Amino acid sequence: MNREEIILAIQDIIKAIAPDEDVSDLKTDVRLRDQIELDSMDFLDIVMELRKRYGVQVPEDDYKELATLDGCVAYLGPKMRGKTLKVGV
Amino acid sequence: MSALPRIVITGVGLTSPNGNSLAEYRKNLLAGVSGVKPWTIRHVGETLAGQCDFDALRWQKRKELRRGTRAGSIGIWCAGETLADAGIDVATRDRSRIGVYVGTTEHGNVETENQIHEVAQYDFDLSYWSHHHNPRTVANNPAGEIALSYGITGPAYCIGAACAAGNLGLIHGAQMLQLGEVDVAIGGGVSESIHTFGIFASFRAQGALASHADPSKASRPFDKARNGIVVSEGGCLFTLERLEDAQRRGARIYGELVGHCVNSDASDFVLPLAERQNECMRGALARAGLAPNEIDIVSSHATATPLGDQQECEAMRAVFGDSARTHVNNTKSFIGHTMGAAGSLELAGNLPSFDDGWAHATINVDNLDPACEVRNLVMNQPKELGTVDHILNLSFGMLGINSAVVVRRFTAR
Repeated sequence: MNREEIILAIQDIIKAIAPDEDVSDLKTDVRLRDQIELDSMDFLDIVMELRKRYGVQVPEDDYKELATLDGCVAYLGPKMRGKTLKVGV
Repeated sequence: MSALPRIVITGVGLTSPNGNSLAEYRKNLLAGVSGVKPWTIRHVGETLAGQCDFDALRWQKRKELRRGTRAGSIGIWCAGETLADAGIDVATRDRSRIGVYVGTTEHGNVETENQIHEVAQYDFDLSYWSHHHNPRTVANNPAGEIALSYGITGPAYCIGAACAAGNLGLIHGAQMLQLGEVDVAIGGGVSESIHTFGIFASFRAQGALASHADPSKASRPFDKARNGIVVSEGGCLFTLERLEDAQRRGARIYGELVGHCVNSDASDFVLPLAERQNECMRGALARAGLAPNEIDIVSSHATATPLGDQQECEAMRAVFGDSARTHVNNTKSFIGHTMGAAGSLELAGNLPSFDDGWAHATINVDNLDPACEVRNLVMNQPKELGTVDHILNLSFGMLGINSAVVVRRFTAR
């Protein structure tokens, strides 16, 4: 999965978790929680969806790596390599 | 007891399988419209259930809906509707003086089954077990979701009382007002039970799950061919206030709670006991200072199980057999058994009698079971009674809990 696909994957997960939010204009270098209403339970939902959709395990110590979309791309890039984008799940 | 403040109902918020407002619900009860429909649930397959179709997004954000439970969503709907009906804007009130008391038959089964089903897809790898499980299954979930949704900071909790719970939420709310714990009480009950296969499977195992080729005929209390319970979802929360508070703000008053009783059979896990039900009815009448012949409508609990209806009829005959004025009806015949919501929904369906003078019927009585003969059973068609002054609402539940509530047509006196 390339950068654009990883961002799409995260956006799609957030869209499911926070359906009242507009995720189309998210800045990639700003903390997600500073742009939309996401609490710790939502964050755990993101981790769970990555596990369910892509089989990607994110250990608790690494949660901080997912703070921004850029961070997601950097951290998930190697883990998502070869995976197929799943949107609208 | 006379020193206790008088408690009145000033708002009704409900969702029932045949109506999402008191007006719609009442209209359908008088018109004989059933809310029971075909229902499919995993492992059980095709069965029947009363299902609600309220617009959850009227009072909830989509995110809240996703995060919470069905019982929470039903509770939030009912709370929003009852407060709006009562003309109470939470934002203008001391939110710490509002209490939420929600009766539930059970809670947590739906989410637990969902989670087990989910992790089964992953060979029971518990890293797939949701962090939402605990907040969704704690016993105060529906009441807590209501408090969260409306920013109510007073006491908010659930009362587990099997199928008597709807009455218990109402009684407890009234008591908290009388104790001065709160200034507004939201009390009643909710049920999400149609979303757990376990309740259907358990009733079926017990030989107590209704079946009928015509869903609208499946819930048939007192009829010879009754064969069990139709499980339904629903909710009804009342706004309760002390009379002087309600009058001060010029609130519309649906009725006054003048008596109640809660007792226990202490005899069996599931089988009811007419003797204790009798004591419960008489206890509520005594508390209200009324004789049986002063009750106009007995809203019966009967669920259409062979033995349960018989026991209740025995108790009603013993208490009201000499009362020419008293009429008996049943709401489950229309909407099935809404479990934790039953007590409050069934009372709500009868409250308009104070204004319109009619008793709704118990439908589907094609052949009255002789063991269920009670005086003035309002069968199949509603009956005009003229003036209705008192309603006795009965709700009983497993483990032998009995409850009775007496509501009086409001007069300032």
